[in-house]
Amino acid sequence: MSLSSQESENLKIFLWNPPPNPSEDEKDLKGKKSAAVPPPAQKAKAKKELFGDDSDDEIMDDEFDVESGGEEMEDGRPSLKDDFLAGDSDSDVYDSGEEQAGHIFSEDEDESDAEEKLTAANIEGLSRKLDAQLAHEAAEAQAEMEESAMQTNIAGEPKPHILGDPDDEDDQAALAAPDVTLLRTRITDTVRVLEDFSNLAEEGRSRADYTEQILKDICAYYGYSEFLAEKLFHLFSPSEAFSFFEANEKERPHVIRTNTLKTGRRELAQALINRGVTLEPVGKWSKVGLQIFESQVPLGATPEYLAGHYILQAASSFLPVMALAPQENERILDMAAAPGGKTTYISALMKNTGCVFANDANRARTKGLIGNIHRLGVKNTIVCNYDAKEFPKVIGGFDRVLLDAPCSGTGVISKDPSVKTNKNAKDFMLLPHLQKQLLLCAIDSVDHASSTGGYLVYSTCSVTVEENESVVEYALRKRPNVKLVETGLTFGREGFTSYRGKTFNEKMKWTRRFYPHMYNVDGFFVAKFKKIGPTKAAATNGVKAGGTPEDEEIGVDNDDVPFGGFDDEADKELMEKAVKKHLRKKGINPKVAVAHGKAGGKVDGKAEEAPTTTEEPKAAKEESTGKKEKALEKKKEKILGKKEKQEERAPKKKEGAPKKSYNKPSSETKPEPAKKANGESKKPENGTATSPSSTSSKKAQPK
Amino acid sequence: MRPLTDVETERLFEKLANYIGRNITHLIDRPTDPHCFRVQKDRVYYVRESIARLATSVAKANLLSLGTCLGKFTKTGKFKLHVTALDHIASHAKYKVWVKPNGEMPFLYGNNVLKAHVGRISEDTPEHQGVVIYSMNDTPLGFGVTARSTHEVRRLDPTSITAFRQSDVGEYLRDEDTLF
Repeated sequence: MSLSSQESENLKIFLWNPPPNPSEDEKDLKGKKSAAVPPPAQKAKAKKELFGDDSDDEIMDDEFDVESGGEEMEDGRPSLKDDFLAGDSDSDVYDSGEEQAGHIFSEDEDESDAEEKLTAANIEGLSRKLDAQLAHEAAEAQAEMEESAMQTNIAGEPKPHILGDPDDEDDQAALAAPDVTLLRTRITDTVRVLEDFSNLAEEGRSRADYTEQILKDICAYYGYSEFLAEKLFHLFSPSEAFSFFEANEKERPHVIRTNTLKTGRRELAQALINRGVTLEPVGKWSKVGLQIFESQVPLGATPEYLAGHYILQAASSFLPVMALAPQENERILDMAAAPGGKTTYISALMKNTGCVFANDANRARTKGLIGNIHRLGVKNTIVCNYDAKEFPKVIGGFDRVLLDAPCSGTGVISKDPSVKTNKNAKDFMLLPHLQKQLLLCAIDSVDHASSTGGYLVYSTCSVTVEENESVVEYALRKRPNVKLVETGLTFGREGFTSYRGKTFNEKMKWTRRFYPHMYNVDGFFVAKFKKIGPTKAAATNGVKAGGTPEDEEIGVDNDDVPFGGFDDEADKELMEKAVKKHLRKKGINPKVAVAHGKAGGKVDGKAEEAPTTTEEPKAAKEESTGKKEKALEKKKEKILGKKEKQEERAPKKKEGAPKKSYNKPSSETKPEPAKKANGESKKPENGTATSPSSTSSKKAQPK
Repeated sequence: MRPLTDVETERLFEKLANYIGRNITHLIDRPTDPHCFRVQKDRVYYVRESIARLATSVAKANLLSLGTCLGKFTKTGKFKLHVTALDHIASHAKYKVWVKPNGEMPFLYGNNVLKAHVGRISEDTPEHQGVVIYSMNDTPLGFGVTARSTHEVRRLDPTSITAFRQSDVGEYLRDEDTLF
């Protein structure tokens, strides 16, 4: 574990030049500790105050006393071993403290039990003598434990006895009503054990046992589904997971964003203070955010709000826009825009220049989006209602694209606690799937050649790896023409480069994760890409995922060749290949299928469609032009055919000719000149006899 | 999305001229930054030309808004100005009424402007003239028509109406469902 520079400095000072008043240093450490794990630390602090006099003389003892104060609470009886071991359990900060102690004791781990006992005795004496209140509390706690009939004979053991007997554990847990304080104590104990497993664990118990226990307790205490609790728990170290779950119970501060199109932050703050709102800037990282502590007026209905001077927006949703860093006069796409907080922020940063496409798939939510856009005086937006997956086809070539993907919302549990129970394994299959599709579409919508941009930001308000790193990794694999770049955000934790056996791109460290317990913002993930080349048709087919150098060359060539210069023969070969692949995907042997005349024709049509449904507009055009050429050829044939027929028919029936010729093309969609001659005489009658619907359906076929 | 017909243009300009008079030319003639009017599903949008061109790539059924919505044509063919047009009207308004802080909330709840709430009023405002309503710190709050001319207003008793409300920013909350 690492020490921050200041801490290590402290440490040095402490080691080499013992300060006149060491208790201060300790206080620092304790203060930090208490931030990490509140309850024991607070008690420890209380204890420490009682020990205040001793601390000057007996630095080392005091250290232990303080510890024991905390320990005693949980154990009911002071025990040295625990005291030492507890050191590891809390945080990095606390570690430094422990290390410090280690130095003082000089290889204290190798010390014999004798010293431990000695200190233990010390503690016992001191704590008994001093803290009646704490003892009382401890007694109460013990009484509670006994009451709950969980056989937690922690008191008698030097190591916390957390796990019940393996056999009857389940029954008892099921029978006993969950005791909140007991659960909490047990969770903290288990966290402590997991943090320092080798020393604190009971013999014969594996880490998995403890993890299982804590997951069960978390489910009971916080109300998570087992599935989600496990998923979230494994994202963090045990103690951090605990603080994450704790943070999810607390409300995040209300934050508003100043609309710089209409006012400045200082003016707005002044206006709101006059209305009886207490606020302060949200942090150094944002120049437009204001954090609201309390307000005497409803913030969503003040004249300033209605006049569009600010918008209620979570601090976390500033982040993707800041990462996107829109520039003036660019064309930007926000793929999932409602309710418009990010869109309007983008426009504000662009000072109403350029153009922002605000898309949202949910029409009901676009009302709020349009409302916010107008209220905030944003004039450069186009609001549309597409499924975002259609995007590069609707319009592409954006300088920047923001994809704030729909997600499970595991980062905003404090806002929407229903997430705790209503997300299951299926959601974590479907959502990432959707996110991957959207991200590919977003990538394809970016203009790599943009002089100012070519960037893409992917964000979710979820903390799970499936929805974040995995999706980014997938995109990097599928689109070798994008690379991760730094987000430009000054804070946030680095994304995982490896997680539970999966390894991700090493640039994944440039993505940013935000956690509620660390920054007091919603859980969030931000990744920024730069597009460095055009997307290849092959990539959009989903055929070549690897992105070989050949692909690269093809892409470059395509880019240079002026439009219209296609090699039909080469195309034909490619198309045949695609057809075969498509067939193989379906489990049909292509050789057999191709031999089938009809099937071949059908498949051909499908194969032509496939690339057009995929993203690259150029590819689509290519295909369509190919189609056009084919269609032209067909038309020529038809026209020629018509002429022949007309010539033939003309003497027979003059009035019918135009009708027949109108119907003919449809019946002659299969260019088989050999058959024409035979069918010629009968076909006109067929054509006139068939109902309009049948002809139309035939017409539809060649498409 | 299409440009306005002549009739539509006339009706729109008639309404706009009510509030901004000849300043309407400032909306139309912007040589450095050309703007245009577009109709999309009976709503009229005032939008930069470059954006209007980009919007052509969006299908009619999927295009929900572009630029600034000025208002809509009713089924009978009249034009109704929406509060969303306030930004553009306010920047070119000829006649203005300022309301005192104690009159802000009543106005934002959809009430008419009473004499007691008027802080200032433009000189020489005629009767039944379109005016933009401001708060005392010059934030536009809505628009309406005067009930009396400036001279008559001076002699009014405090509870009588000075300006009839036509639109106010409170509609963003009250009428979100129908406005957009």
